[in-house]
Amino acid sequence: MLSDQEKQEIEAELAHYERPQALCIEALKIVQKHRGWVSDEAIRDVGEAVGLSPHEVDSVATFYNLIYRREVGRHVIHYCDSVSCWVMGCDKIRNQLCQELKIQPGQTTEDQRFTLLPIPCLGACDTAPAVMIDEDLHGNLNSENLKDILARYD
Amino acid sequence: MDRPLTEWILSESLPIGLKRYEALGGYEAARKALAEMEPKAVTQTVIDSGLRGRGGAGFSTGMKWSFVPLGPEVPRPKYLICNADEMEPGTFKDRYLLEGNPHQLIEGMILGAYAIESEVAYIFLRAEYHRSHQVLTEALAEARAAGYLGKNIFGSQHSLEIHLHSSAGRYICGEETALLNALEGRRAVPRAKPPFPPVVGLFGKPTIVNNVETLYNIAPILQHGPEWFQKRSLTEDAGTKLYGVSGRVRKPGLWELPMGTPLREIIEEHAGGMCEGYQFRGVIPGGASTDFLVSEHLDLPLDFESVAKAGSRLGTGTMIVLDDRTCPVGMVHNLQKFFAHESCGWCTPCRDGIPWIEKILEAIDQGKGRLDDIDLLHRHVKHLGPGRTFCAFAPGAMEPLQSALKYFEDDFRRHIEEGRCPYHE
Ligand SMILES: Cc1cc2nc3c(=O)[nH]c(=O)nc-3n(C[C@H](O)[C@H](O)[C@H](O)COP(=O)(O)O)c2cc1C
Ligand code: SF4
Ligand code: FES
Repeated sequence: MLSDQEKQEIEAELAHYERPQALCIEALKIVQKHRGWVSDEAIRDVGEAVGLSPHEVDSVATFYNLIYRREVGRHVIHYCDSVSCWVMGCDKIRNQLCQELKIQPGQTTEDQRFTLLPIPCLGACDTAPAVMIDEDLHGNLNSENLKDILARYD
Repeated sequence: MDRPLTEWILSESLPIGLKRYEALGGYEAARKALAEMEPKAVTQTVIDSGLRGRGGAGFSTGMKWSFVPLGPEVPRPKYLICNADEMEPGTFKDRYLLEGNPHQLIEGMILGAYAIESEVAYIFLRAEYHRSHQVLTEALAEARAAGYLGKNIFGSQHSLEIHLHSSAGRYICGEETALLNALEGRRAVPRAKPPFPPVVGLFGKPTIVNNVETLYNIAPILQHGPEWFQKRSLTEDAGTKLYGVSGRVRKPGLWELPMGTPLREIIEEHAGGMCEGYQFRGVIPGGASTDFLVSEHLDLPLDFESVAKAGSRLGTGTMIVLDDRTCPVGMVHNLQKFFAHESCGWCTPCRDGIPWIEKILEAIDQGKGRLDDIDLLHRHVKHLGPGRTFCAFAPGAMEPLQSALKYFEDDFRRHIEEGRCPYHE
């Protein structure tokens, strides 16, 4: 069931679109913001709120990179693996992340602290290589500052 | 004013607010146009300026606006959409504008909406731009409070609401018809054209989609006139352009320069030349889906026409430099991996073809390629070319591949013949 808060936020968006179905993506994002990820139950909740079947909502949810259909950790690290970052050595950054966190891309650390995921170009190519942790952008990464940055998230 | 897009920007981390924007002369153009000009005259001014879309395709902005039907009989609401999806790898220009001076976008959108008689607008913002989201939210609230958005803007008959929509992340959302589906809450697969969005767009209504940088040009054009705008350029294509450089250069960055600034000047002067120990080998001039240019093109003026004549595209104007110590096969492999991942999956050649290409490139990159793989890559380039897929995504993906095969063929061969990547020690 949608919480009152979720309901309110979805309703506030309703006035911005001609049809309630158009709210599908906004609603998925709102639910994800509160619950961390989008479970099957969340899919049904969103469907009821915007007037779509669960299958329709799921087909939308699975299309987009930033709707998580599996549980994620407390923090999500999105490392850019696009071309400028690749030229500037993002493979090394990824390897270091995998080593330090002892996980592969797509996985979550045992203590639920971090989930590691690749992401296309973050629009920070002049400061490549770059990562986004939760909503924060970090550029000009190297093996030293990466450690300090990770330490800020617990 | 020489740098109309960026002159007022103090820094990315400190956007200029409404007060300062107005003190500098902001909102004068919109105020004046809404009081004194017919919508058609606004469009005509933009046509006369010669402004071409900065989202990649370079279509005349004023012409596009003129395709929108006007008058009381037309279905309402009509829509204006700012395309702020900016997911083209190597591109970081729109974000700079949004986070530095958000009111110039709002003013551009007020003018654009007035010209096409639209009362509802959206900013379609890429999901990862959290800071932009915050800056825009604040600026929109400021503009609403001042009466510059809402009913009867500047005391005119014209009303406009601008809604901010944050995407959920997928490169294809930047394609304008896929964007319309995304805004309608659907999977972002492109739509068939015709009908074109200016006639049948969002929710079936006439809709204009314009890039962020395009819309930043509108208020200055109305304020200073089409001739002034044309004089900002060194060549036939009018205006200034945001050029960006990333890769192994001394000072990667972004600069607003006259349209038609030569490639050499951008790389050697503005970007400070190559890093110590690295040589220039080539450049993708306008984001991931443009053809490589090489040393022989260094004196090319970077405008739409000249870059097209050299076999590439100006694209977004943000370039990625290939140096002599980076493997061109590896670079193209990285690009195709991106395209394989981001293909929307709607049409078969793209959905199945690009992952196939990615596998071939991976094999070559790892020294497991065969000589006939090169032919196979050429065949794919042909099969995924313009007109053979449902949208421009796949032909765009083929641009860096076909030009890499042309300029760096030796590198492909060496990988295959030596059974290893010659760039790995
Ligand atoms: C695959 C693909 C991705 C695109 N991504 C963007 C984008 O992120 N931003 C953008 O402004 N235009 C993008 N475009 C171009 C748009 O379809 C459209 O031409 C543009 O937004 C029109 O604005 P303009 O005329 O002001 O350039 C993309 C096109 C394709 C085929
Ligand atoms: S070319 Fe690719 S992105 Fe475009 S419709 Fe076909 S599958 Fe989708
Ligand atoms: S390629 Fe990594 S931020 Fe652009």
